[in-house]
Amino acid sequence: MQNLTEKEKAVVRALQGDFPLVADPYAQLAESVGLTKEDFLATVKSMQDEKKIRKMGAVLAHRNVGFKANVLVAWAVPQERLEEVARVMVDSPSVSHCYDRNTAPDWPYNFYTMVHGHSREECEQIVQQLADAAGVQDRQMLFTKKEWKKQSMRYFQE
Amino acid sequence: MEELTTFDKSLLNILQGGLPVCSHPFQVIGEELGTDEQTVLARVRALKEAGYVRRIGTFFNSARLGYKGTLVALQVEPEAMTQVAEAVNQYPGVTHNYEREGCYNLWFTLNTPCPEEEERILGTIEELPGVESLLNLKANKKYKINVQFKLQ
Repeated sequence: MQNLTEKEKAVVRALQGDFPLVADPYAQLAESVGLTKEDFLATVKSMQDEKKIRKMGAVLAHRNVGFKANVLVAWAVPQERLEEVARVMVDSPSVSHCYDRNTAPDWPYNFYTMVHGHSREECEQIVQQLADAAGVQDRQMLFTKKEWKKQSMRYFQE
Repeated sequence: MEELTTFDKSLLNILQGGLPVCSHPFQVIGEELGTDEQTVLARVRALKEAGYVRRIGTFFNSARLGYKGTLVALQVEPEAMTQVAEAVNQYPGVTHNYEREGCYNLWFTLNTPCPEEEERILGTIEELPGVESLLNLKANKKYKINVQFKLQ
């Protein structure tokens, strides 16, 4: 893992808040960390090329655009079928996040998907379809009861 | 909440796809939509204000910034839930914290710059009154992270 340069850390600190909704946002961002606009933009582009920046853009408040329900599904997938199952899950537009993870003695579930739908019933239908398509039935449906915290990560605060 | 127009939906689809990295990103989007920079900016601000947009910003690949993330599941006694959830919320590296159905009833994500810090934080959380069990579900592989909703 390569370390970030001080300039890159400055760019991260400037960009991790909300993006300024003004005509010339980079002038403002660059000034906030004492870089020239050209230098700032060039650093952003190189960080995109190096995949340190995954995306710049909008995330919608999905509840407000009609996707009112979501469920975290923990699946128990045989190790040798992970790649194949992942391909089915990743292809679904209803699945936003997809990871394989460690298990624990009382927790055999090793594959996690976040599934979005317009209602709880729709989520259940989508998950059943995914289960059939992927050939994996053993799962836990972890519906949200309460959101205690949801915010974007703030890096290099030390 | 007002209904989204066809223009709004096109604009939101473009914004979800990504902002161009250049001097005047909203002008470039305006050109794509056949309008000008100020119209785009006014509409983006209004959509954000109205609550359609949760965030416009930069999403980093935390692993490439030197951070490691994990998903943690806790089994919490129901009467201790509020106190435990609030204690977990205190850590800046905790970005998502949800109470969920099931025997593991509190789930959170934790990002830390070094394994020692992760260990220290999880050690403290495991000792909180009302926490019966803790699972540290480290990711082996990430197949997809893409929170985009195509609006039609």
